[in-house]
Amino acid sequence: MNTHAIATSTFLVASLFLSASAATAAEINIYTTREAGLIQPLLDAFTKSTGTKVNTVFLKDGLAERVATEGASSPADILMAVDAGSLVDLVEKGVTQPVESAVLNAAIPAQLRDPKGNWFALSMRARVLYAAKDLDLKSFNYEELADPKWKGKVCIRAGQHPYNTALFADYIAHYGAAEAEKWLTGVKANLARKAGGGDRDGAKDILGGICDIAIANSYYVGLMRSGKGGPDQVKWGEAIKVILPTFKNGGTQVNISGAAVAKNAPNKAEAVKLLEYLVSDEAQKIYAEANYEYPVKAGAATDPIIASFGQLKIDSKSLTEIVGHRKQASTLVDKVGFDN
Amino acid sequence: MVAALVALPVVGLFLQAIQGSPGLWQHLATTILPISMVDTIILLLGVGIVSAVIGTTMAWLVTAYSFPGRRTLEWALLLPLAVPTYIIAYAYLDILHPIGPVQSVIRWLLGYSSPREFRLPDVRSMPGCILLLGFVLYPYVYMPTRVMFLTQSANLIDAARTLGISRRAIFWNVALPLARPAVAVGVSLALMETLNDVGASEFLGVRTLTVSIYTTWITRTDLPGASQIALLLLLMVVALVSFERWARRRQRYSATAQRNRGFEPLRVSSPKGLLLLMLGLTPILIGFAGPALYLSTSAWQRIRFAGISSNLLNEAVNTIALAVIATATTIAFGLVVAYANRLRPGAVSSWSYRFATMGYAAPGTVVAIGVLIVLATADRLVDQTAIDWFGVSTGLLFIGSGAALIYAYTMRFLAISAGGIDAGLARIPLSLDQASRLLGQSPAGTLRHIHLPLSKAALTAAGLLVFVDCVKELPATLLLRPLNIETFATHLYGEAARGTYEEASVAALAILLIGMLPVILLSRIGRSDR
Repeated sequence: MNTHAIATSTFLVASLFLSASAATAAEINIYTTREAGLIQPLLDAFTKSTGTKVNTVFLKDGLAERVATEGASSPADILMAVDAGSLVDLVEKGVTQPVESAVLNAAIPAQLRDPKGNWFALSMRARVLYAAKDLDLKSFNYEELADPKWKGKVCIRAGQHPYNTALFADYIAHYGAAEAEKWLTGVKANLARKAGGGDRDGAKDILGGICDIAIANSYYVGLMRSGKGGPDQVKWGEAIKVILPTFKNGGTQVNISGAAVAKNAPNKAEAVKLLEYLVSDEAQKIYAEANYEYPVKAGAATDPIIASFGQLKIDSKSLTEIVGHRKQASTLVDKVGFDN
Repeated sequence: MVAALVALPVVGLFLQAIQGSPGLWQHLATTILPISMVDTIILLLGVGIVSAVIGTTMAWLVTAYSFPGRRTLEWALLLPLAVPTYIIAYAYLDILHPIGPVQSVIRWLLGYSSPREFRLPDVRSMPGCILLLGFVLYPYVYMPTRVMFLTQSANLIDAARTLGISRRAIFWNVALPLARPAVAVGVSLALMETLNDVGASEFLGVRTLTVSIYTTWITRTDLPGASQIALLLLLMVVALVSFERWARRRQRYSATAQRNRGFEPLRVSSPKGLLLLMLGLTPILIGFAGPALYLSTSAWQRIRFAGISSNLLNEAVNTIALAVIATATTIAFGLVVAYANRLRPGAVSSWSYRFATMGYAAPGTVVAIGVLIVLATADRLVDQTAIDWFGVSTGLLFIGSGAALIYAYTMRFLAISAGGIDAGLARIPLSLDQASRLLGQSPAGTLRHIHLPLSKAALTAAGLLVFVDCVKELPATLLLRPLNIETFATHLYGEAARGTYEEASVAALAILLIGMLPVILLSRIGRSDR
């Protein structure tokens, strides 16, 4: 190893230990539970047009705890999460602050943001049905998941996963806990295998003959069919057709990815600017193209793969109401032994 | 003191736990707890048995018999160490999936055209989970047990042989009882590794207590409740370790002070030697070659498809730098804890020893939360002092810096180093300590001149395990690392979260490769020793 290499690695190691407190004025720090690579193109575009550098750290569980324990000295400006429940958690833990922005309020429909301005949705995804391609099925209600005719034919990820508890919470919002328990027991009885894996495994398992239908998120279809996940996943994506299920008296259950400004944000003004940029036409287009999500801004285009599912009719229950039933839903999952 | 430092996060956890969570236990007791307790116990029993059987058999195989390929086997048997549990779970789920290579070939052989006509039972099950974990965790048993076999005095074995006892009987009656402390340490490490695993068991649909901790915390946003379950888990571990120690409370083996020669392996010629070689290769094939081949293929596909990410070099430096520093710290601390236990055996030492090593079994994220709480307090103290004395705010010195990570790693992996070193020290007869002290050496001098040289193998082995574990560590790294810093493990997790599994396979392969380095290194050290 030559001197130069030694110097470089010493520097790298040193920077590893010193980078924490080095936040300077014109930088924005993002803590995100959403994998940073997904939003990197957006951040790069923002840096390019404003000159403001954006640092990210991808945290999964414990984002709220980290910000909370960091307290007043926390370098975090923006907190990002991929589930409405997680955003509400951040508010409840007191690590966010309200933001008043005409731009944000104009771009994001009222039911997709906190009435007090603590959090904002930036993109949307729907909980849809994957069905075996040759299956004679045109439409579907979430209620039918418990229909005995699907016995041994349903695949789904763990019931305790936030994507599922949100769906179950929506069911509670429609029918109440007692009905939801009956329904969930029925769904459990229909499972082809243990609830588990990821959403994409639904498509893979349909191809593998394990199940006929699966509940999963909409954007995975884009990721699979576009070939972004590699050639194997194209096969999984092609093995299924996608149906936008609805509640009998409502629409399709959607969840969001969103952001909040941290309570002790060192750089609030820039942070709000970045959020405003993220709902601009340009950024919403990147959201739709890069991750196959539904844009939150009215009029912004969806990707053709996603648009091919048909017109999305968002369910009537508001996100705030659904999130309110989330813990109840999680308790029900245990009670009916959904994941056992 | 060291134990206290390391135990602090557990205290933090305890403080979290007593913030209370009314109604939680009632809910848990009536629903999930019985099932996850039973599942956890079955899983532990299963993994314990599988890893003990494979680990001990393999250790005996390469020590007691000499056959073509034995030298290679000696170190190759360690290779599965480099495979994180979450990777083996994912790899085999894919390999054994109805549309994966294995079942496709079977279908082709049997003449079926679609998986709907014929498929094997799903690997996502308890037996699947036990086998997969057992095949990557057995090296924790193999390594200390082999060292134990190697250094067992030939005298005892020879004595047994003069008495006309067969190899097999020697194994059962002499070698195995003598190696029991090492097997016990190894199995308890494997079990703790099982307990803190979330990825594999969740992936394979096994509901352990650890999974319940996550559910309680994440889905029900009940951190106090999660801390309570975590403490329950820690109690189980303490009980496990205590039981094992109690079971061999009256046994104390140490080698005699004379230099022993190792016993001669029995020369076995082909074809029986070939059979032994195949036997030795099996765990390597399942625990390492399978997933490695799988990862190489998908990594190769990925590289052809998308090229190599430019971040890999940075991540390599981060990963290795963190692991090296953490290994050094952990070994130093482990030495202190184990040595204190030897110098002043007594309730205080032994309890602080047990307390200090609990972090290993706790799920990584829970430990990380404990670390957060401790460091936040430290940061506030430093900050306040600086403001009072100098009028400057230091902000956050520890949280979100590399120091937090090193602390978390040390806290988590102290059990490995302390356990390994303890087992190594136990073999050195106390008469040597007494002789050295009588000759005027201080405890430190005795450590330097007597214990360190004599337990070099144990130290190296412990260091290797800690290093590999640091490289694989995910949950604490994910939560505590500084802005813009990625390691291979966090990169891998990020890609998996994004669903680009093939890109993730490049990082996974890198973890495997780094994990292999010390294995090979160790094999060379082991050789020059003899």
